[in-house]
Amino acid sequence: MLKKRWNHKKIFEWGIEGLIKLSGIVSIILVGLIFIFLLKEGISVFKIVNPINFILGKEWHPVSKPPDFGILSLILGSFAVTLGAAIIALPLGVTSAIFIAEVTTGKTKEMLKIGIEFLAAIPSVVIGFVGIVVLAPVIQKVFDLPTGLTVLTGSIMLSIMAMPTIVSISEDAITAVPKRYREAALALGATRWQTIWRVVLPSASGGIVAACMLGIGRVIGETMAVMMVTGNAPRIPHSLLEPARTLTSTIAAEMGETVQGSEHYFALFAIGIVLFIITFVINFTADLFLHKEKV
Amino acid sequence: MSIIITKDLNLYYGNFQALREINLEVQPNKITALIGPSGCGKSTLLRVFNRMNDLIEGVRIEGKVIIEDEDVYHPKTDLIKLRKKVGMVFQRPNPFPLSVFENVAFGLKIHGLSRERINEVVEESLKRVMLWDDLKDKLHTPALKLSLEQQQRLCIARLMPVKPDILLMDEPCSALDPIATQRIEELMHWLKQNYTIVIVTHNMQQAARVSDETGFMLLGELVEFGMTEQIFTTPAKRRTEEYITGRFG
Repeated sequence: MLKKRWNHKKIFEWGIEGLIKLSGIVSIILVGLIFIFLLKEGISVFKIVNPINFILGKEWHPVSKPPDFGILSLILGSFAVTLGAAIIALPLGVTSAIFIAEVTTGKTKEMLKIGIEFLAAIPSVVIGFVGIVVLAPVIQKVFDLPTGLTVLTGSIMLSIMAMPTIVSISEDAITAVPKRYREAALALGATRWQTIWRVVLPSASGGIVAACMLGIGRVIGETMAVMMVTGNAPRIPHSLLEPARTLTSTIAAEMGETVQGSEHYFALFAIGIVLFIITFVINFTADLFLHKEKV
Repeated sequence: MSIIITKDLNLYYGNFQALREINLEVQPNKITALIGPSGCGKSTLLRVFNRMNDLIEGVRIEGKVIIEDEDVYHPKTDLIKLRKKVGMVFQRPNPFPLSVFENVAFGLKIHGLSRERINEVVEESLKRVMLWDDLKDKLHTPALKLSLEQQQRLCIARLMPVKPDILLMDEPCSALDPIATQRIEELMHWLKQNYTIVIVTHNMQQAARVSDETGFMLLGELVEFGMTEQIFTTPAKRRTEEYITGRFG
């Protein structure tokens, strides 16, 4: 007869299992709580301004009397900076990933991978600092502008921050393409380039798209660097060479000055909700692509 | 006239000698089987013929390999031309993760061949491997959704548009069940009219069933080569006899 015995090995197993379960549940609960808090604080602003005017309103004057809470210029600011960063970072990131995965070998490969990961370790305030001191004057001079703190400056600095995500995840996806696909293509007389272009990249496309989405997600959520280099003017940018202000930098710049419980305070939380929804959608889409890959 | 000839072929992986003094002649429009225990070098030998071993680092080759009167390891050999002439089917079916149609059309696309007749070529290629009737309405389904047998047929069909003369098959049935295996073997018989086939197999019954000539390899050596019937009934070497009667394997 089998008797259930509680020796200490079993108790240990049970304890570890419980602990892991608990940490998993805690992290989910935390995300839930943050969202609820965000929602609770942000929703109050819609007593003063309806959601459509909030999203589509062009004027953001939170401290005038009466205040204007329209975040269209901030959304478009975020959009412009993100678009610029994506245009720079996506092609550069994906081609670097192809280069690292397919062309380099041995030591060079390791060095490049470490280098890319090192890029991710640079604090965003340092990136912003470099942007102000090095890049902004160059942009001001080259385009003959009143200020070098523009959407373009922000895009360039943010593309640097998005690169590590794009490169390392794309590189993983490319490396994960089974060797037998490459062999099949080469055995058919395909050149190395044809093999990469027609077989490897299509096979890795899910992972590469996911990498790009995650990179973009990082750009949208980035605050410090973008606050330092884009000029922070809350108006709709009409070109890449104008200053703009993003959703994130608005929250970061103004939260310290608001009275807790004021309309302004609630409006900043509402911006947080918008931001949360945008990044959630992006990460969720990226996830869909990553899972599509595994089928 | 032999279509593949090797002369005193030696192959080394670094310091390890994987092939020893191989002298072999493969006849056109015949099926030649290479048998032997795992690690005897039969797959390595097969991959000498289309230079797939080039992909492995540290491979060194001595001796000569002549395919259709051309020296395969001459420095000026056009690798792409060689691989068009010598197609390969792998152990695990490896269709590209693309549609059935795209898989078959792949060869046309990479070699910049005329796309005008692309539909005809795809149809003809699938007919050659007897897949057309099954797949003519499923040309745009992903190839990875097919059964393993269909995938392996598709891999053979994929070679057709490139118009190879020689098909190398590296244990093409080892991932398949017995019925699928039998049907691939029937396909090989039918393909023999137009192609020279060299098949590597660890399955002796398969070699006996499908091949015209058989080579027995052991520890990198080609121990014996001859008509299949003779190898399996009256082998000249004791080691061959021991292997085919199952005394080691």
